[in-house]
Amino acid sequence: MAVIVIKDKCVGCKLCQKACPFEAIDMDGKLAVINEKCTNCKVCIAKCKFDAIIDDAPEDEGVTDLSAYKDVWVFAEQRNGKLMNVALELVGEGRRLAREIGIGTKVSAVLIGDGISGLAQECFEYGADNAYLLEDTLLKNYTTDGYTKVLTDAIRKYKPEIVIFGATHIGRDLAPRVAARLNTGLTADCTRLDVKVSSYIDYAVKNTTLDTSDLDPNSEDKGLKQTRPAFGGNLMATIICPKTRPQMSTVRPGVMTKRERNPQATGEIITVSPAIAETDIRTQILDIVKSAKELVSLTDADIICSGGRGLGDASGFELIKKFADKVGGVVGSSRAAVDAGWIDHSHQVGQTGTTVKPKIYFACGISGAIQHLAGMQTSELIVAINKDPSAPIFEVADYGIVGDLYKIIPEIIEEWDNAETLYESTLTRTDD
Amino acid sequence: MAFKIIVCAKQVPDTNEIKIDPVTKTLVREGVPSILNHDDANALEEALKIKDQYPDTHITVITMGPPQAKNMLRECLAMGADDAILASDRALGGSDTWATSNALAAAVSKVGDYDLLFAGRQAIDGDTAQVGPQMAEKLGIPQVTYVTEFSIESDMKTITVKRALEDGYELIKIKTPCMLTAIKELNVPRYMSIGGIYDAIRQDIPTWGAADLGVDPDKEVGLLASPTNVYRSFTPVPKGKGTMIEGDNARAIADQLIISLKAKHAI
Repeated sequence: MAVIVIKDKCVGCKLCQKACPFEAIDMDGKLAVINEKCTNCKVCIAKCKFDAIIDDAPEDEGVTDLSAYKDVWVFAEQRNGKLMNVALELVGEGRRLAREIGIGTKVSAVLIGDGISGLAQECFEYGADNAYLLEDTLLKNYTTDGYTKVLTDAIRKYKPEIVIFGATHIGRDLAPRVAARLNTGLTADCTRLDVKVSSYIDYAVKNTTLDTSDLDPNSEDKGLKQTRPAFGGNLMATIICPKTRPQMSTVRPGVMTKRERNPQATGEIITVSPAIAETDIRTQILDIVKSAKELVSLTDADIICSGGRGLGDASGFELIKKFADKVGGVVGSSRAAVDAGWIDHSHQVGQTGTTVKPKIYFACGISGAIQHLAGMQTSELIVAINKDPSAPIFEVADYGIVGDLYKIIPEIIEEWDNAETLYESTLTRTDD
Repeated sequence: MAFKIIVCAKQVPDTNEIKIDPVTKTLVREGVPSILNHDDANALEEALKIKDQYPDTHITVITMGPPQAKNMLRECLAMGADDAILASDRALGGSDTWATSNALAAAVSKVGDYDLLFAGRQAIDGDTAQVGPQMAEKLGIPQVTYVTEFSIESDMKTITVKRALEDGYELIKIKTPCMLTAIKELNVPRYMSIGGIYDAIRQDIPTWGAADLGVDPDKEVGLLASPTNVYRSFTPVPKGKGTMIEGDNARAIADQLIISLKAKHAI
């Protein structure tokens, strides 16, 4: 256990016990005792007013030669010859990280598939310095075994310092397998990545309650700081991978922003001949079926109209659909509405659904559980309509309306096209 | 010969019930119940369905956690599992997903022969979805994650599953032994039976420590062996409270909202 209690200093005030997110502190009379649930999150250290809890982790013991690892790799996920949006988002993010590490550090797109060399140019245009191309007919479609083998082989050969994946159903299947084979760390579903301590401090000061006074902005530390929600978004944790390489993360789609496309961009293609045989792949794909249900493109939507438990029943989504159609938006939902069976999971916004940041997010009958807020609170404008004035959603809303959504929304639909006239009527004319 | 299934489950706090204390900015845990992780309940249910169809099926549930996790294991027994095993040891504390998968893979190997490993896709407290695939890698078996439909041929060796994708699904054939991870769409977990509860209370649940598992606390499990560590942790800051729109009637409120959005150039 790396977090330890100094017996002489502990006064038994229980502040640490209350602060611990993991129930990892027991009281033995007037002494706090760290139990086996401790994850070394260090929340208690910050809470203790008596300096009675310290981090006793030995520094950098048995570190392997980390300097042999260089560059940032992005798994440029493609399906059916088309790059996933998140791949391009991550190419941009990878570029930012590479530049933070320093001059000479490159961001590379790693393309795995068959007949996909054309995708490299798209990666360059969104920020990749170069691309590794791993092609084989056996790699045409994603298989866990096939992709794990060729990606792991390439990582062993070229030794990237950082490898990032989109947290898609494929990225989340592949990344843990690769990390386990390489015996390195992997952090899931990150929403923020930093290399420089100074960047991390900037982020923390602007967006969090973290006390950064013990962090040195001039630190030489360039390890990857991977921030992710835990406990359904109730807690944020920043994870590091100090002893092994590469440092690996999956990043949620829609969280990072694509760079502006530069059609003039060029880059080098490094062709890797993957060693893959039919016997390496122990699963057989019988069929790949595109869902007939409309693809809900929540991550690309400018406007999202979301419904929650406050709709009362499934038919409430008919109104939400009408609303979305009128304002040119797409339909979202809270987990409660999905769990109730009112709408398909593909519409779900939140920690276990999709992360979104539209221009306008309408939360209709959504109370605002933290797991929902985690997926939408970076929207540019949030409008909340809810009967309950104490609903937490109002804490994050730019505009809050306390009232019956079945009365308010039809009026918004009715008046939407009159926006121009309504707005002009509020302006004082000064030109005559 | 019996068909042997090992189900991996986790006891988790019901994260829906967790709130942040607005003053101290810390998690309020009082009264937050511990539950069987949702996806794991789906994994267990699918195993029980196999047993319904092929009674010569043996289901062992394993978990890693504190001693209290036995309550969750008893729930699994009461639903119909045959055996349950708890991997619990101070030396396992602070394990990240890599180290956790080492401990659980060791537990699976100690259980012995198996045909099928079934786990939930992810746990609601960590949401990583990593331990299942990492166990499969360490055990050297193939995997399919995000399973929404399952069928097994009567040879009890060939499995066909539907794996959910964001925009559809794949139909995949896989041979035993293998690891599958379940999601909610797979099935509806059954309730515990009265007889099951009665028997589960009396059933012995062995606890295996690091020594029983044969894992090295310095190199394979626990905090210090874990490749990832927590650097800092904190509670997210809610965005500042905005403007409340009021009015005499719904029309007036709607108009005011539209005007506000227009003034912000949002529409």
